[in-house]
Amino acid sequence: MATEKLMLNFSPKIVKKPIVYRIVKDFDLEFNILRAEITSDLEGKMLLEIKGSKEKIKECKKYLLKEGVELREAAKGIILDKEECINCGICISLCLGKAFYLKEDTYEVNFDKNKCILCGLCLNCCPVNAIKSKI
Amino acid sequence: MAKTIDEINEKIKGGKAVVLTAEEIIPYVEENGIKKTARDIDVVTTATFSPMCSSGAFINFGHSDPPIKMSKVWLNDVPAYAGIAAVDAYIGATELSETEGMAYGGAYVIEDLIAGKNVKLRATAYGTDCYPRKEISTYINKDTINQAYLFNPRNVYQNYSVATNSSSKTIYTYMGKLLPNFGNATYSSAGQLSPLLNDPYYKTIGIGTKIFFGGTTGFVAWHGTQHSPETERLPNGVPVGGAGTLALIGDLKQMSTKFIKAATFTGYGITMFVGVGIPIPVIDDEMVEYLKVKDEDIYATIYDYSVQRRNRPSYGRVNYKELRSGKIIIHRKEVPTGSISSYPKAREIANILKDWIKNGAFILTQPVANLPMQGTTKTLNIVSEEEL
Repeated sequence: MATEKLMLNFSPKIVKKPIVYRIVKDFDLEFNILRAEITSDLEGKMLLEIKGSKEKIKECKKYLLKEGVELREAAKGIILDKEECINCGICISLCLGKAFYLKEDTYEVNFDKNKCILCGLCLNCCPVNAIKSKI
Repeated sequence: MAKTIDEINEKIKGGKAVVLTAEEIIPYVEENGIKKTARDIDVVTTATFSPMCSSGAFINFGHSDPPIKMSKVWLNDVPAYAGIAAVDAYIGATELSETEGMAYGGAYVIEDLIAGKNVKLRATAYGTDCYPRKEISTYINKDTINQAYLFNPRNVYQNYSVATNSSSKTIYTYMGKLLPNFGNATYSSAGQLSPLLNDPYYKTIGIGTKIFFGGTTGFVAWHGTQHSPETERLPNGVPVGGAGTLALIGDLKQMSTKFIKAATFTGYGITMFVGVGIPIPVIDDEMVEYLKVKDEDIYATIYDYSVQRRNRPSYGRVNYKELRSGKIIIHRKEVPTGSISSYPKAREIANILKDWIKNGAFILTQPVANLPMQGTTKTLNIVSEEEL
């Protein structure tokens, strides 16, 4: 079993297709929608955690691409630049996924990319611009 | 048993002084008691690394040929105050760039100068018989200018508020981004490591006290603006609001960008993280009583920053141990907390200062005058001249 967190972008053309339903039906994957929204341009965005066999996940990704869904691996979305970070900790109070956390002994700021749900709340909070987005 | 600063300095010079940080002294007192600690320990180092808006630098550029009496000055397009002598100016940390807005400003100019980078100087003047030039455009760096010193009118707040937001929209403040409906709370103090919380009645810290300032040595120049020592205090002397502040002075050219860092708070503007460390001589038992203060003994008041008034509603007090745990309770709701001030940096500074003193490289000073113990912060009222 493998787990992956994917950011899915649906163009207005395909936003009405029951694509997520197919993920369960055809690939037998377990999914959890961490975030979903439709932008004012009628584009759909969804942060999806999928669980299943490695092969099925691979096939599922192929299917999604074929349907015209843009795919991004969510774990690579937000980056904490440790060189720039001054370890204040403002970001910790804003992090919905608790991906930013303080190390218990040193009080240093750390980022666990696997917990990040790409909510983006942290993006304009860092006073020294140490939090960067690749999305 | 009382010790004088001279006696402590003799030990420092002989490399025999026993120095602890304000964190390390807490378990030491718990284990050894007040009297033994007062005998054993000579100096305790305190520190903070926080955004301090009331900061800036005086610079003397040197005279051009023909000379100019600069009346308007820009450094990398950031206006500096030039209403002093011909080639003196003051660049304030929060001043914004006229071309880049909130992306660049006074604090960034200061950081660039410390880093040794070249900075564009532009100035205009009305021209006089003795200063005929009317404009100049050139480049400077810290090696080409005469004096450059930080003179920060208000740093090292004794304590500070906790900020939260009860409204239904996100707000952007000098306490950072505050999410709606008590979505988070931010605070800004080094707590148990903070200088004025370890000497709450300013018994040893005064005018002339030598300090760690931005990576080099500096001095306490005066009490800071808004110094209000009459703020309500807990029995241990800890004020529950801002209270004391310090005006600091130090040589920009000797500073390090590790300890002076420009910062931008989205929607609010530019400020500067300032690293300060202050040594506290353990002169008697009474000082140990103050120095043993720990995060759970220090309380700060929670304020609602969504209320755009001078007096904001309060939601009670919390201590720094609770704040540092990552969550507090406001109105029966669990609210995540974040610090604006860097505790690891404060710890680093306290340890550097400790090493300087242990190695005999930093001798303590006796204040030349005490900080005032009277005074509250006045408000600015909108009145006619007759009403005043």
